[in-house]
Amino acid sequence: MSGKGHQPIEGGPSVGVPAEGEIRIGVYVCHCGSNIAGVVDVVEVTRWAGEALKDQGVVVARDYRFMCSSPGQDLVTNDIRDLGLNRIVVAACSPHLHENTFRTATARAGLNPYLCELVSIREQDSWVHTDKAAATAKAKAILSGGVERVRRNTPLDAINVDINPATLVVGGGIAGIQAALEIADAGFHVYLVEKDASIGGHMAQFDKTFPTLDCAACILTPRMVSAGTHPNVTLLTWSEVTHVDGYVGNFTATIRKKARYVDESLCTGCGICQEKCPKNVIDEVYEAGLGYRKAIYTPFDQAVPRTPVIDRENCTYFQKGTCKACEKFCETNAIRFDQQDEEITVDVGNIILATGYEIFDARRIAQYGYGRLPNVFTSLEFERLSNSAGPTNGRIVLRDGVTEPKTVGVIHCVGSRDRNFNNYCSSICCMQSLKFAHLVKEHTGATVYNFYIDMRTTAKSYDEFYQRVMEEGTLFVRGKPAEVTEAGRLPGEEGKLIVQVEDTLAGRQRRIPVDMVVLSVGLQPRPDAKELATRFGISCSSDGWAIEKHPKLDPVATMTEGVFIAGCVSGPKDIPTSVAQGAAAAARVLGRIQMKQMNLEPIKASVHSEHCSGCRICNTMCPYNAISFDAAKGVSGINAAMCQGCGTCVAACPAGAIAGTGFSDEQVLAQIEGLLRVGADGAPLKRSAYPGTRQDAIEEVVRT
Amino acid sequence: MSRYLYYPGCSMDGSGRAYGESLTAVCEKLGLTLAEIDDWNCCGATEYVGVSLSPAYSLIARNLAIASKAKTDGEPLVAACSACYLNLAKADSYMKERPQLGERVNVALNAGGLHYDPGAVEIRHLLEVIMNDVGLDQVRANVVKPLAGLRVAPYLGCMLPRPDPDHRWKNHERPDDLDRLLEALGADVVDFPLKTECCGGHMTQIAPKVGLELIKRLVDEAEHHLADMMVTVCPMCQINIDAYQGEMNAEFHTKHKMPIVFFTQLMGVAFGLDQKKMGIGRELTDARPALKKIGKELQAVAVEAGAAHRPRPDKRALPMPRMDDEAPAGEARQ
Repeated sequence: MSGKGHQPIEGGPSVGVPAEGEIRIGVYVCHCGSNIAGVVDVVEVTRWAGEALKDQGVVVARDYRFMCSSPGQDLVTNDIRDLGLNRIVVAACSPHLHENTFRTATARAGLNPYLCELVSIREQDSWVHTDKAAATAKAKAILSGGVERVRRNTPLDAINVDINPATLVVGGGIAGIQAALEIADAGFHVYLVEKDASIGGHMAQFDKTFPTLDCAACILTPRMVSAGTHPNVTLLTWSEVTHVDGYVGNFTATIRKKARYVDESLCTGCGICQEKCPKNVIDEVYEAGLGYRKAIYTPFDQAVPRTPVIDRENCTYFQKGTCKACEKFCETNAIRFDQQDEEITVDVGNIILATGYEIFDARRIAQYGYGRLPNVFTSLEFERLSNSAGPTNGRIVLRDGVTEPKTVGVIHCVGSRDRNFNNYCSSICCMQSLKFAHLVKEHTGATVYNFYIDMRTTAKSYDEFYQRVMEEGTLFVRGKPAEVTEAGRLPGEEGKLIVQVEDTLAGRQRRIPVDMVVLSVGLQPRPDAKELATRFGISCSSDGWAIEKHPKLDPVATMTEGVFIAGCVSGPKDIPTSVAQGAAAAARVLGRIQMKQMNLEPIKASVHSEHCSGCRICNTMCPYNAISFDAAKGVSGINAAMCQGCGTCVAACPAGAIAGTGFSDEQVLAQIEGLLRVGADGAPLKRSAYPGTRQDAIEEVVRT
Repeated sequence: MSRYLYYPGCSMDGSGRAYGESLTAVCEKLGLTLAEIDDWNCCGATEYVGVSLSPAYSLIARNLAIASKAKTDGEPLVAACSACYLNLAKADSYMKERPQLGERVNVALNAGGLHYDPGAVEIRHLLEVIMNDVGLDQVRANVVKPLAGLRVAPYLGCMLPRPDPDHRWKNHERPDDLDRLLEALGADVVDFPLKTECCGGHMTQIAPKVGLELIKRLVDEAEHHLADMMVTVCPMCQINIDAYQGEMNAEFHTKHKMPIVFFTQLMGVAFGLDQKKMGIGRELTDARPALKKIGKELQAVAVEAGAAHRPRPDKRALPMPRMDDEAPAGEARQ
């Protein structure tokens, strides 16, 4: 576990000296089909670069339809060999997209890849402008900036780190379980951390899964048992990760194991304590507030682990000092009222976050009456109602616990696709609502209405399920209900809930009386999503969903090396997709483990300790916790492996003591000068394009 | 800030006199100074915007222009009539949103030597001022005669609180401001499901059958909840439900006698002010018999009616969802 350590890697990349001798720059301007060439006159930009930037060291300038294609890359590599180029500027798309492509090509030709710069004339120019002449002038300015910058680039070498083969998986829902099992089965160790008393997540609460109507527990519990018994999995339930240090390959996570008040090594999971506990408590978590548990409890019968926890807030002994019924009846003396929270640390190479979602709080939409009108239920409540292991043993009944509904209305998009709440589609609710319609029919034979905006049944076998539910006789009303009211006034409305809705297909207002309303509530990020993101150094959207490294091409990675995401932490997903993501994240981690080592980008910040005053302003600013203070020397230092090269500290340092390799002040100022040197008409100016602008004034702008 | 510019609107001296009288007294009691703007004109009510937009908004904006001139220290302009409030707020917001409309309106205003820059005046409704600026604690501190024993149905009507361009109201779909105010006065407040439904507006004049049907829905529902009276914030709602209740009874062969008063009238009563000076008795469906219930035990049937909506206590009954103001999770409700 330990041994690898995470001492700061001394020094970081070599800053290097400018390449000796003559600077020979090659400029390559991409058409990107018509993406760039449709707005920017690339031929003119190329011609101009070859002539006007000669004094800056440009020896060749070429344009090509698709510079990222093989023949396009060959232009670069051949010129490096044939013309002895030692700097490359590619004017094309965003560096996010193809910087790596051209740096790799540069390296193939034997030149240090960091002597190649990509400047964006697509995202920052052709895609955002329509005036061709001005866009062409802007492309020249951007290119001129790139040329000035690349002149000051220095060769950099990648940093190499070891990868600890152990992995931390946070969240024990289906995505986390899948990820943990994939890695464990491959022979590597996994720490699976779950905040609740059992793994299983939301899926353990469900009755059936769409569209196949498999029993959720039947397919989930074997996985839970595997995770609980796998020799390569250390299961830490009733636990939370409180702190993470380190960097890819070498993380140290601090985990708080909350006191269960039960000795896990002695408990056999017989359940006598729960039977004897006199205190009934509404189970707001597993039973969604619809059923009861005891003050000492395992959330459900198939819980993994079987060891119960004591809910201190509701335990008679903890609150009043007497009772101890559980202790009296426990045959193995496993009850420990004096147990304390415990902190443990684990060393891991990679982290997978699979922390899931929570459901939208239906009380926020007051006009649907949840919490006020007894027979309005949420989808999670309905799952418990229809579950044979639930509070009604699977009887679908009204809040009185007895009466079967004769008519049920299911409202889609509650809290989703609604600009007052969440703009996004929660993706699972259409299918979930169809499943409810089927289950109501099957259990009670009641008439079911589905109130929908659009039906979205796009995955495999989903639309077939929709057709099946239509054939079963479920009634579909296209319209978002305005309200659910108890105020009946027409015959047949007495004692009913009335769904007031504009039927947009019939083109009229309807009042539909029903006995029960089920709100198909949307999914939303966990309330602590932003805290979690900060703790693990990843970013999340304004909604709170974790952001992928690339939404299409790298959906389970994050911008932080070594931290992966799976399942609903990055947005609403159904079970198959969550499982696929769990497995995908595991595959990415296994790839890293297999490599044993990996290279890190050398774009890093470093402190010139002779200029550092030890003010420590930068220490708290670093989003990756890469900066520490050396008290003995009185200066701050940056751990090169943890640094992601964001530049925050460089900008923040009041003494200018922090420099970034690849983005030194010299490079950035030169780039700005290069930009300003081209006039609005595209003509090269002898002086700054802005008369009166002096070098120190530019520096002032950069500094402030 | 306790000084406000005040736009009374046409009804305050006429059909809504009880509103005007009571709000003046109540605001004085709460330390709110209402400075009536000079030379104001009709807001056009619900009709004029349906005829022609530019003249309608010019008519409304004239009041805004006068108010912006009268403003000395950023005082908001307060209206108590829902139609007035809505028209003022809409004119301001639409002039902001559609510069062309703003220009046309200002051409018209210019003929009278006036000008209005949208956004220059903050437009607010009296209920919202009392809820947000005065606060319920201050209201409670003034209550000397709690309205206990009086069962009231809070009725906002359809012009409040939506649309709400400045986002002052907490919940537009099911507002509870009036409910909370009446609770602070000590009344037994009905959870009135039709609180934002339409009273019929001018339909009582142009299509009486439609208007009377809408009134019937409201009065039926208030009766169903065993309300002693309805309480409103809008002169139009008040006059429709009060004055047309007889016609409605004749049309539907019903015998409803549901009084409807303004919330400021009940505030005055709870503050111990003279009922007559609060305009009580001006209504056509007499509210005085109902007001005699104040201080008496709530009738058993009314208590029962409140309970009827909750599930019967059965040990198989499922718990209700926890609401935010309830005890924290966990405590058994068996």
